[in-house]
Amino acid sequence: MKKNIAKKILTEPKMNYDLNLLQEMYKKMLLIRRFEEKAGQLYGMGQIGGFCHLYIGQEAVVVGIQSAQIDGDSIVTSYRDHGHMLACDMDPKGVMAELTGRKDGYSKGKGGSMHMFSREKGFFGGHGIVAAQVPIGAGLAFSHKYNGNKNVSITYFGDGAANQGQVYESYNIASLWKLPVVFVIENNKYGMGTSVNRSSAGENLSDRGKPYGIMSEIIDGMDILAVREAAVRAIEYCRSGQGPYILEMKTYRYRGHSMSDPAKYRTRDEVDKIRKTSDPIENIKSLLNKMGVEDKTLKDIDTDIKSVVAEAAKFAQVSPEPSEDELFTNVTIN
Amino acid sequence: MTIEILMPALSPTMEEGTLSKWLVNEGDSISSGDLIAEIETDKATMEVEAVDDGKIGQILVTEGTEGVKVNTPIALLIDSNELPHATIKNIADKPYLEKENVTSKPINEKSISIEADSSLITVREALRNAMAEEMRADKSVFVMGEEVAEYQGAYKVTQGLLDEFGGKRVYDTPITEHGFAGIGIGAAFGNLKPIVEFMTFNFAMQAMDQIINSAAKTLYMSGGQMGCPIVFRGPNGAASRVAAQHSQCYASWYAHCPGLKVVSPWSSKDAKGLLKSAIRDPDPVIFLENEVMYGQSFSCPDDDNFTLPIGRANIEKEGNDVTIIAFSIMVGKSLEAAEILKNKNINAEVINLRTLRPLDIDTIIESVKKTNRVVTCEEGFPFSGIGAEISALITEKAFDWLDAPVVRVTGKDVPMPYAANLEKLALPQVDDIVSASAQVCYED
Repeated sequence: MKKNIAKKILTEPKMNYDLNLLQEMYKKMLLIRRFEEKAGQLYGMGQIGGFCHLYIGQEAVVVGIQSAQIDGDSIVTSYRDHGHMLACDMDPKGVMAELTGRKDGYSKGKGGSMHMFSREKGFFGGHGIVAAQVPIGAGLAFSHKYNGNKNVSITYFGDGAANQGQVYESYNIASLWKLPVVFVIENNKYGMGTSVNRSSAGENLSDRGKPYGIMSEIIDGMDILAVREAAVRAIEYCRSGQGPYILEMKTYRYRGHSMSDPAKYRTRDEVDKIRKTSDPIENIKSLLNKMGVEDKTLKDIDTDIKSVVAEAAKFAQVSPEPSEDELFTNVTIN
Repeated sequence: MTIEILMPALSPTMEEGTLSKWLVNEGDSISSGDLIAEIETDKATMEVEAVDDGKIGQILVTEGTEGVKVNTPIALLIDSNELPHATIKNIADKPYLEKENVTSKPINEKSISIEADSSLITVREALRNAMAEEMRADKSVFVMGEEVAEYQGAYKVTQGLLDEFGGKRVYDTPITEHGFAGIGIGAAFGNLKPIVEFMTFNFAMQAMDQIINSAAKTLYMSGGQMGCPIVFRGPNGAASRVAAQHSQCYASWYAHCPGLKVVSPWSSKDAKGLLKSAIRDPDPVIFLENEVMYGQSFSCPDDDNFTLPIGRANIEKEGNDVTIIAFSIMVGKSLEAAEILKNKNINAEVINLRTLRPLDIDTIIESVKKTNRVVTCEEGFPFSGIGAEISALITEKAFDWLDAPVVRVTGKDVPMPYAANLEKLALPQVDDIVSASAQVCYED
């Protein structure tokens, strides 16, 4: 199956972008990259257990979209969720401590990598069942509409989830009821070890919104400015009460599906080529360079982020395990 | 030739209806397919078509008559060339409207005493009142489900809610249980209080992943951050003659799962008091109703603030000889059994569980200490059922108080058959409770 990434022409020339905004986006992407690298290390050391799905390579998607959100918007995603939490400004210490299953983790150590939440930051998980977050995201959009506020729900799912029936049940209802939800398909080309063209009929995943009357776009998810501009369009459309919107982000994960994935379904060359030619962080770094940001400044940013991540890793290893009393708490509220 | 037009059965559980309106008069010629009358069942008002050609010879049941039993002749159809009344004397003399054919509505009115500040209402009305009262009190409460709005409810439980609260509080969904259950859960995470109706709990199987993995577990997985104040409600258990895919009790399925509360009312009072508590509850509540009970009337408190606590059973009848533990429709059957047992000098105590999770084990144990004998009753399958759990708990907590092994009265361990005789055999009957009770009292 041939897939054309329709490169959207940016409405503004890249060089005209606000430098502070670009630097902030760069920092956030770098934080996610370094955080995930550290998580991979801690997993190798046996500090993180169970499943651990890294977001390395896809950083531009969540950071670009987050840059177009306002306070009060809801975010919900799958189990590949660390990047989304950091993009929402959740504390890296709390996220890492959850990965190590400690009491200071966002879920007191009871959720783990796939199940973290922060109502305060509008992050509604972290869902371990493929596509289960899609109707939940539509339901969060329902609550925004019901309450008459101007907020939207950003509902992320992968190309694998895009074949689940509940996605289309959600499309149908979201379109019927004009729910303010942006469905973001993070198409990283593989649902675990099965490539999109072996799992998904039809030309593009985004086309599947058309029968439901849902607007959609395909975006180069490795280009953060393209992501941001698309997010601005989509979110504005939803906020103005016109109903849902689909953004299919063509992206790529460098690591395996989870830590235990030998990745035999693709070649090393394929991964290297994308790293060399399309890395989202390298892309924005060279733009910053061109705009006159000095290497030293960029290096300082990297150093700062490395220390934030190191601190989070340390915190996550010294935080105690949850008290045994926690076994029976939070089953129900009363 | 004279043909009797009979009161038709218009739903699986319909036993009687109201002949609300005649659309023809005596002497009118009709053709097959013509509308002749309007009949109101407990589910809906339906138009009745003629199935033969001819002339209406005589109307036997006047319009407005309530409680007309299915298969009662309601009119006589004669040949078009006959004169009305001329040829039907012998038939018309028959006492069609014998007392057993027409009863006042509701059936059990005379046997129910109405408590103070209460009214005699059906379980259906009690459920609707509970929802309407809570919706008036709390704007974050809304109703969604299949046919709940414009159709007025597949079983008329949501009747009138759309008129009173409008389309922003009452939502018709497409027939996509998995999707709309998930949307309800998302709305609950967004601090609303959805009441999600499943047309029956058989269809909730499609939504099982969302109910268990999203609604029940997220509070725990979030370390207490993500409450999910949602009610999933609808009819559960056997209806009548709808076979295996539409007749099953799911009580033990849901009661198995930590994170859920599982409630199953019997009477109108239960229905109102427990549904209001369920809507106010901050946790996900599975509310298992029973289609056969919807039309039954009971005394129910009028007070808008009347609630019953989740997690507490009720002793419907006190006794000393045997404890019969039941929920939902089986409570009524247990009370009937208790009446019969009086003739055997067995004084049974009947416990209405009301809630299955958390189970009111204290009330059960107290009763076991008094009677020393237990029979559990449920419509569900025996294996890993509610009775099995109760039996295990009694063994763990009150073994020394038992004078006989606990006996379970349950549905048979088979998918529900369609044939009327087999269906009856598959379902637990009053006689089964009577003989199980006699057995544990060593009186059989």
